[in-house]
Amino acid sequence: MQSKYLIIGSSHTALEAATAIRIIDTGGTLTLLTRDAHLPYSPTILPYVVSGRAQPDNVTLRDAGYFRANSIVFVPGADVASVDPTQLTVRLASGEIWQYERLLIATGAAPSLPSVRGLNDVRFHVLRSLDDAVALRQAMQRAKSALVLGAGLIGMHAAENMAKAGIKVSVVELQPFALSAYFQPKASAIIERAFTEHGVRMLMGRTFASIARAGEGIAAKLDDGTTVDADLLLVCTGVRPNIGFLNGSGVETDAGILVDDRMRTNVANVWAAGDVAQAHGFWGDKVVNGILPNAVEQGRTAGADMANDAGVQPFPGAVPLNTYSFFGQQAISVGHSGGPGSEVTEAGSDGGYRHIVLKDGRLVGISTINDFVDAGIMWQLILRRTDLSAVKEQFIANPQLTGRQLMSQHWR
Amino acid sequence: MASCFPTLQFHAERCDGCYDCMTACAQAKSGTANLAQSRIRIMPAANGGGPELALCRQCADPICVANCPSGALVKNADTGVIDWAGSKCVNCLLCTAGCSYAGIVYDAEVGHVTKCDSCDGEPACVKVCTKGALEYRTEAGIFNEYADKEDLFCRGLAACHGCNSELLIRHTMRKVGPDSVVAAPPGCIPGMGTVGYNGQTGAKVPIFHSLLTNTATMLAGVKMQYNRVGRNVTAIALAGDGGTSDAGFQSVSGAAERNDPILFICVDNEGYMNTGMQSSGVTPYGSWTSTTPVGGAMQGKRTEAKNLPVIMTMHNCSYVATASTAYLEDYYAKLAKAIEVSKTGMAYLHVYAPCPTGWRFPSSMTTEVCRMQVRTNFIALWEYDPTNGLRFTHPVERPEPVANYLKLIGKYRHLSEEQIAHIQRTVDEKIGYLRQLTQMATARGVPLTS
Repeated sequence: MQSKYLIIGSSHTALEAATAIRIIDTGGTLTLLTRDAHLPYSPTILPYVVSGRAQPDNVTLRDAGYFRANSIVFVPGADVASVDPTQLTVRLASGEIWQYERLLIATGAAPSLPSVRGLNDVRFHVLRSLDDAVALRQAMQRAKSALVLGAGLIGMHAAENMAKAGIKVSVVELQPFALSAYFQPKASAIIERAFTEHGVRMLMGRTFASIARAGEGIAAKLDDGTTVDADLLLVCTGVRPNIGFLNGSGVETDAGILVDDRMRTNVANVWAAGDVAQAHGFWGDKVVNGILPNAVEQGRTAGADMANDAGVQPFPGAVPLNTYSFFGQQAISVGHSGGPGSEVTEAGSDGGYRHIVLKDGRLVGISTINDFVDAGIMWQLILRRTDLSAVKEQFIANPQLTGRQLMSQHWR
Repeated sequence: MASCFPTLQFHAERCDGCYDCMTACAQAKSGTANLAQSRIRIMPAANGGGPELALCRQCADPICVANCPSGALVKNADTGVIDWAGSKCVNCLLCTAGCSYAGIVYDAEVGHVTKCDSCDGEPACVKVCTKGALEYRTEAGIFNEYADKEDLFCRGLAACHGCNSELLIRHTMRKVGPDSVVAAPPGCIPGMGTVGYNGQTGAKVPIFHSLLTNTATMLAGVKMQYNRVGRNVTAIALAGDGGTSDAGFQSVSGAAERNDPILFICVDNEGYMNTGMQSSGVTPYGSWTSTTPVGGAMQGKRTEAKNLPVIMTMHNCSYVATASTAYLEDYYAKLAKAIEVSKTGMAYLHVYAPCPTGWRFPSSMTTEVCRMQVRTNFIALWEYDPTNGLRFTHPVERPEPVANYLKLIGKYRHLSEEQIAHIQRTVDEKIGYLRQLTQMATARGVPLTS
C-alpha cells in the first residue's frame, strides 16, 4: 500500500493536518491509519460519553462521506508496529506495509499507569478511548461506590459524572490539591468544595500504598493508612505519548517526539504533532502540551508544512490552556501561574475567583472560576505579547471587556 | 454548494454607540432586553476612541469548529454560518479558546455558549441600525453565481495596474455570455488588447473595432443582420466616455432615439485616458488633464461635465442606468435588466471608472475611489425606464463631504477652497435635480408602446 501523505492517528491533530494538506494539495493521496476501530472522535468527549450526555454513536468528528468527498483513505484497526524512515515505510502489526512520501505521527497519548503494589492484580478502568468510555459506563450501572486515582481533568470529570449518577465517589490525588497543573490553590479549593458538597470524598496529598481485590470490588490502602473500598477503580494518573513503535526508527524522542516549530522531526519526511509531540514552549524548553487547542494548532502547522504551503505558520510555542466545567460552574486557565519578576493579582468573591499574572506589562497567565473570560483572546494577548501597560488597571478590573476591546483594535 | 457567503460588516466610524443592535439581538435571540444576551457586542475603546466590536466572523476556516470535541459546531456548507447544535454541545468551552474575536462566549443566563447565527440571513441588528454602521453584505453571491462561468476575455490584457475597466468588462461578459457580439471603439478597452485574434488573444467572442463616431449605429446594423439570419445575440458596445459623449454622441443619440436593440455601455473614466489624458465632455470641473492644465491662466477644467446618463434618459430609450464597480450587486442587477431590454430596445449603462493612471491615485485605491464617488454623492446610482421614470438604487442619506473624495485623487490636488466649495454646490444641485426627476416619475403617464 502507498500514500503520498500518510498520517498515523485520526483525532484532532490528524484531522487538522488532513484539512491543511487538502487546502494545498487536492489530489495527492492521503491516508489516515488508526489503531481505533471507530470513526474519528475526540478523547475530550469521553467523560461525556461516560455521563451519557454524548452517545457513543453520535460523537464522530468526520464520517465516511467526508473522507469520500475529500479523497482521504481512512483505515481503522491499523495498529502501527514500526517505522523505517530509510525505506519510507510503516509496518502494521498485521504485517501490512505502507509506503509514504511524507509521514505525520499523530498517535496521541495513552494512560500512564502508576507503579502501585497490587494494581496488576485488580480490575481497573482507564479513560482514553471510546471503548474505555463505554466499558466504564457499563461498569457504573452496577457500581455503588467508585475510587478515582488522580485529580486531573479526566479524573475529575469522571468523578463528577459518577457522583451525579448516584455513586459514592472518592478521589485520591498525590498533589496537595486538585487540578494543580492548571489552577491556583484557591481556585482548586473552590472546585474541591463543589465536589465535596456533592458528596465526593476528596483525598488530596495522598496516594495508594497498595491495592487488592475485595469481593467484586477493590480495597485500597493509602500512604497515610486510610483504607478505601470501592466497587470500581478508575486510574487517571496522566498520559504518556504513544512512541513505542518508533524504537529503532532513528526518530529522536524525549518525553515525546522532538519537533521543530514546523513539527518536523530530526528525520527527513517525518513530522509529529499533537499530544505525541514535544515542541518548543512559548517560554522556553520543549514540552509536551497535551491539550486540544494545541493539537489543532500543531496539526495545522504540520499539514501545511507537509504540503509545502507557502503560508505555513510556524508553531508559536506551547501555552498551557484549559477550560473546565464542573457541576454547572466554569473554570478557565491560560498561561502560567507566576515565576520570578511576575506581578500577581488575585481577586475572588461569591464562589468566583480571578488570578492574573503580568510580567513586564504583558499578560503571561490568567485563571478564573465563574468569571468568564475569552480564552482565545487571552491566548492571543499572551502570544502577541500585547503591551497592557496603558490599560493595566482596566485589565485587572475587567479582563473580559478589556481583552475584547484590545483584540477588536487589533483587527482594525 | 456555495463557497462564498454573506457577511456582517461593521463601519465603526458610523457607529454612535446607541446599542440598538444589541437590544434587537437580545430580543431576537432571548426574548428579553438584557444586553448581556446580545450576540453582537459594541464596546467603547479601551483607551478612548472606538467603538469596538465583538462578534462571530463566521470564519471560513473556523478554529472553534476544529476545537469542538463533540461535533456540536459545524460550518454550514450552504449558508456559511457556523451552526451550533445544543443537543451535541457538552459545555466544555474549548470553542472559546479557538476564537480571537469573542464570537462565541459562555452565557451564564442560559448556561451554554452562544454565538451569532446571522438570523437566517436577515440579521435583526442590521435592520435596526439607523446609522448605517452595520451592513449585511451579500456580494459573495456574485462569486458563487459567476466564478464558474467562462471569462470571455483571454489572459494578459494590457490594462494599467489597478484598472477597473478590465474588472468591469470581464464581469460584464461573464454575465452576458458567449452568444454576443462586441463593438469596441477607440479607447482604453481596445487599447488594452481586447480586439484580439481568433479568440486566442483579446475577447473570445466576435469583437470589432468600430470608429469613434459610428459605434452605436454600426452595432445596431450588425444586430439587425444577426436577427435577419435568425440568431439571437446580445449586441454590446464597450465604449469609453469620449466615444460616447463627444465624437460618438450623434450615433449613440440616434440609436437611442430609434430605440435600436443594443446594449451600450459607456465606461466613463472622465477623459481620453488612452491617448494621453485629454479632457472630454464628461470631465468634471476642476480636473487636471493634459488639455486643461494647471498653471497661471487655468486651474484645471473651467466648465462642468455634461450629465450624459441624464441626457440619455431624454431619448426615452428602453433603459438607462448608472453604475459603479464598487457596488457590483447593483451593477449586476442593472446588467441583467439591460441584457433583457436590449433584445427589443436600447439599454444604456453608464459605468463610472476611476483611472489610477490618468487621475493620479495609487492603483491599490481604485475600488475605494469608486466607493467614495458614491458615498459623497459625486455620482449617484440610479436607473430609468420610460414607464417608471427615474429611481435611486443606492440612495445615500448622509453623504460625506465631496472634499473627502477629491483629496484621494491627484488630478484635484491643486483645487482651492473656493473650487472645492463650488464642486460641493454642483454635487448638491445635481442630486437635487435627480431627486426632482424621481418625483416626476409618479406624475407622468404611461408611454405608448406602439
